Amino acid sequence: MSKNTDHKLTELPKKKFKLMNLVWLIVLVGGFFLSVNATNAHISVLLDPANFGQFTEIFVQMCHPDWSYAATAIPLLIETIKMAVLGTVIGSAVAFVYSLLIARNIIKNKAVTGILRFIMNIIRTIPDLLLGAIFVAVVGIGPVAGVMALSVFTFGVVVKLFYEAIETIDPGPIEALTAVGANKLQIIHFAVMPQIITYFISYVLYAFEINVRASTVLGYIGAGGIGLYLQQTLQVFSYDKTGMIIIVIIIVVVLIDYVSSKSREALMK
Amino acid sequence: MDNTLKKLPPKPVNYKTRTIHWLIAIASIVIIIWSFTGMDFSGIKATAGQIAGAIISGIFHPDWSYVWNGSGEDLISQLWETLCIAFLGTFISAVISLPFAFWAANTKHKKWYASRSGKLVLAVIRSFPEIVLALMFIKAVGPGSAAGVFALGFHSVGMLAKLFSEAIENLEIGANEAVIAAGGSKWNIVMFSTMPNLMPALISNTLYRFDVSVRSASILGLVGAGGIGYPLIIALQYRQWNRVGIILLGIVIMVILIDWISGWIRKKLV
Repeated sequence: MSKNTDHKLTELPKKKFKLMNLVWLIVLVGGFFLSVNATNAHISVLLDPANFGQFTEIFVQMCHPDWSYAATAIPLLIETIKMAVLGTVIGSAVAFVYSLLIARNIIKNKAVTGILRFIMNIIRTIPDLLLGAIFVAVVGIGPVAGVMALSVFTFGVVVKLFYEAIETIDPGPIEALTAVGANKLQIIHFAVMPQIITYFISYVLYAFEINVRASTVLGYIGAGGIGLYLQQTLQVFSYDKTGMIIIVIIIVVVLIDYVSSKSREALMK
Repeated sequence: MDNTLKKLPPKPVNYKTRTIHWLIAIASIVIIIWSFTGMDFSGIKATAGQIAGAIISGIFHPDWSYVWNGSGEDLISQLWETLCIAFLGTFISAVISLPFAFWAANTKHKKWYASRSGKLVLAVIRSFPEIVLALMFIKAVGPGSAAGVFALGFHSVGMLAKLFSEAIENLEIGANEAVIAAGGSKWNIVMFSTMPNLMPALISNTLYRFDVSVRSASILGLVGAGGIGYPLIIALQYRQWNRVGIILLGIVIMVILIDWISGWIRKKLV
């Protein structure tokens, strides 16, 4: 008998079998095979020597960038950054006002906040490049389309984060100001703003990071910026020049990411 | 005596931080003004208002016949393809991300350069434009959704592995120590302490990434890598505003649904 228990102690206790885990596993595996069939993305397609050789060939050519091309890329790079700045500024300015309108602790009317939130949620779902494609169709090819797309996109990013921040503020100061008879604008100025302005700046910087990334490819569909050269060089198969542009993009993106995340950390201290 | 009650005392002033704040404010305003220079706002097409109106009226009068016609080129099958691209892309990237995450995680028993180099590699992968990756895969496997899957799968690694590695960094080491104290091997530590503690974070991050991937998959079609983006750009080029309307509606509904489902699952996990 004692031998038996000793034996049991060296083994691990059996785990309880959960039906839900099995269901999730089936969903996962089933989804996997369904997707492989629907997209025809068999790994053998990629590892086929001819295909994979082509991929590595492009990659190797990109790794030998045409350094002289950097001088040509700089002006459009500056345009890209300008687009990102403008998009961020316009989008976050609108988002600022809009967030105050949809925060339930400032506007008490549930119908107003509900409708405005519904509109916001719909705008948030549209991806950046899609917005770019639509604005190119509307205002024509050029950086203005890019700025508009980025503005709408920034609006979606900032408004969500910001209104959630507003709703989590300490209600004490608002009540205090209401008690002494302040109007809505005074409440916002003296009770809400001091609590959330650092959050707002931090979210704007975060949106700026995303926008710099997004603006580098917007040009591909004609919405201005360095993406235009990306498309031109890829079309004529001069991958060395494409490689140069990608390196420039990566350097700028990593640099701006670093500066922005450091300043956000400093803000939040 | 009466006066003092009506007037607030002056705010304490810290001149050093005040100058710094003013300098930052002036610098930001200069950058914003500089961005406005050279931006050609006159380049807007004269018909812009008309087209915007046409698109909006297209959204309210969508081309319902496009929703389902059984040809495989309709909205439902294109959306399904988009979903499949996102699912498979996320699946692949989740698998690739795990080793990268352990490489980049800044844990104690590790030389400093190991996690730094891993983080740098992930930053470079994140910054590599997704569209370019998609075009490279199109060159390799031909246009279609397979290229989209591979592009998404490799691109998502940058972000997903970063999230994973942060989850690993936040792990409590108590459970690991308990397994060691009971005489567990390295493999036992991974199996019985690291993985079970890590699993909720991994699943939740992967689901979050799936949300993002659905959005990405719907734009990959713009360059010919499969999914709903391709019919959209064709409809935009041929000015079929009703079709643009129905496609936009389809994308919005799909994204909201996916967000809602994954949000629900994530809430149940925590």
